[in-house]
Amino acid sequence: MAVMTYREALNAAMREEMERDPDVFLMGEEVAEYDGAYKVSKGLLEAFGDKRVVDSPISELGFAGLGVGAAMAGLRPVIEFMTFNFAFLAIDQVINGAAKMYYMSAGQFPMPIVFRGPTGAALQLSAQHSQAVETYYSHAPGCKVVTPGTAADAKGLLKAAIRDDDPVAFMEGELLYNLKGEVPDDDDFVIPLGVADLKRQGSDISIITHGKMIHVALQAAGKLEKEGIEADVLDLRTIRPLDVDAILATVARTNRVVYVEEGWPYAGTGAQIASLIQEEAFDHLDAPILRVTQADVPMPYAKNLEALAKPTTDRVVEACNRVLYR
Amino acid sequence: MADTKTRQKRVSSNAGGNTAGGGRGAGALKKHGVDEPLAVDLLKEMLLYRRFEEKAEEAYAIGKIGGFCHLHIGQEAAAAGSIKPLRDDDYVITAYREHTQAIAKGVHPNIVMAELYGRADGSSGGKGGSMHIYDKRVRFMGGHGIVGGQVPLGAGIAWKIKYKEEDGVVLCFMGDAAVNQGAFQEAMNMAAIWALPAIFVVENNEYGMGTAFRRVSATEVAERSLSYGIPASSVNGQDVLETYAHFRDLIAEVRGGGGPRFVDLQTYRFRGHSMSDPVSGTYRTVEEVEARKKEDPIALLRDVLFDAGALDQDGLEEMDQEARRIAGEAADFADASPLPEAAELYTHVWAQENHGRLFFDRRERGR
Repeated sequence: MAVMTYREALNAAMREEMERDPDVFLMGEEVAEYDGAYKVSKGLLEAFGDKRVVDSPISELGFAGLGVGAAMAGLRPVIEFMTFNFAFLAIDQVINGAAKMYYMSAGQFPMPIVFRGPTGAALQLSAQHSQAVETYYSHAPGCKVVTPGTAADAKGLLKAAIRDDDPVAFMEGELLYNLKGEVPDDDDFVIPLGVADLKRQGSDISIITHGKMIHVALQAAGKLEKEGIEADVLDLRTIRPLDVDAILATVARTNRVVYVEEGWPYAGTGAQIASLIQEEAFDHLDAPILRVTQADVPMPYAKNLEALAKPTTDRVVEACNRVLYR
Repeated sequence: MADTKTRQKRVSSNAGGNTAGGGRGAGALKKHGVDEPLAVDLLKEMLLYRRFEEKAEEAYAIGKIGGFCHLHIGQEAAAAGSIKPLRDDDYVITAYREHTQAIAKGVHPNIVMAELYGRADGSSGGKGGSMHIYDKRVRFMGGHGIVGGQVPLGAGIAWKIKYKEEDGVVLCFMGDAAVNQGAFQEAMNMAAIWALPAIFVVENNEYGMGTAFRRVSATEVAERSLSYGIPASSVNGQDVLETYAHFRDLIAEVRGGGGPRFVDLQTYRFRGHSMSDPVSGTYRTVEEVEARKKEDPIALLRDVLFDAGALDQDGLEEMDQEARRIAGEAADFADASPLPEAAELYTHVWAQENHGRLFFDRRERGR
């Protein structure tokens, strides 16, 4: 085990996969000479040269599409979006291109491409630079969606994403890059996509979540513990594929669910999970499922309004208490 | 407002070639460095494309083909002249008016037609349809339905060639309307800065659906690559000999490391934008269409070959019978091919299974 930051874990994952497979290359804005806007690709240019670590123009649609074409022709591109906020410009290539190519060609063109970058709210960046956008990608069949919340998960899941033969939207927490954690040293430390992780075990209520929100959920669980309530905190880790067995298992154990996510509520990930639970575990439920999400508004700039818009530990505790009828 | 009429400069038609030597026809062949057997093959190809598309038109009219169906009738020389000079290991990627381009690259007409029919033996097993013909074996990379969306993909395929230090070339086709898309501009810039081995070909038939290019463009097509420093050329795409010679030379330049090229391939479509659209009407007149049909690429080459003594009427008729036979056989093949199995609905969505659920409608495989 080594202690490293989430940023260093992502860097190590790319470095190891690029060493392992010469067809893997990294392209995006500022990834090479600048070492990455968030320094995730630090040192990779020096290690692999400018053929494999490539500074792109600010052309999200263009370089995402270039990656799709390169993947069609047999390479394994890692396309970095400086943030997923800018990936709206590229979503035609991700959804109409990458996610559908294998189907439209009846299996002739697998699409081993990773689109990665930070997502979610940061600090006072306001509406266009603070949003969690995973549901746009998980909505489309053909696109896998991964949202690591710890350094170890970041490394193991990115390695799995790069080795996967399907397009993966790999969404990092913008505020997690400095988070430290223990990460196995093993070069083959790969966390399979679609395996949820029980970050905390309890028996009274299930807080299900993904990405950066696992930390809010764990803090809420800590507060509840002081009140004698033991919460399961289930980190989905990947939104698609989805570890349905792990979801059903926690529901069967606690009979009560709160879903926490950074995105908006309408057709959000929590809506999908709530639908799935009522369909497949209705008899296990002792209370309605509640969701804690970003407020259903664009992210405001003012500090106090921003705080009101974000899911917080207190809001999660409050939702849990309602689900527990306390 | 600039005079829009001057925006659409057409290169002059000189399909008859110069008159030096043994007649106009022989002169044209000589001028373009195309020998008689090759010219005869090009005519065979174009006749096949024409008869294939007419067969598709018939099949559409009786409901055998559905959805959008964009025919290439009138643009046969643009396909044959640009694709035939490629090597087998070169790549073609294109938009959605692509049936004949697929055939030109070596996709069997039977599986193209079966795809139009939505049948199991189609190139995508019936999942793609008219706009999404792919054949990896012959490096025909689709068949893409979003205007301009395939242009960055073409750059990406060229990126792979360069990355792997191969000597292949990508022909990336688009319609004239695609040059107004951001995807086109972004791809051109990247192709230029990385000197990618791609030829970006605008099949300029003067109309994006029903909107004349001159009404929606501030410049000529051929000017669109110049700000990226990509050499541009215009070619008469109704003259297959000129087109062939032009692409033969360009392909050699690009293969030799010359970087990307941009071509304004001037042509004209004799049918509506798609089968559901009129041939003429509010956006172009019957008279215009009839006048332009006089530049039928098949008739132009026929005349050259007649004049050169390389073909006579009997030979032409025999050739046409063969084209009709192949097109008819493709339709029969498609008709006889079964519909895709219902289970195919859920195949080829994901290339790799993982732990966890990938489908969310409770009809997923295994349930």
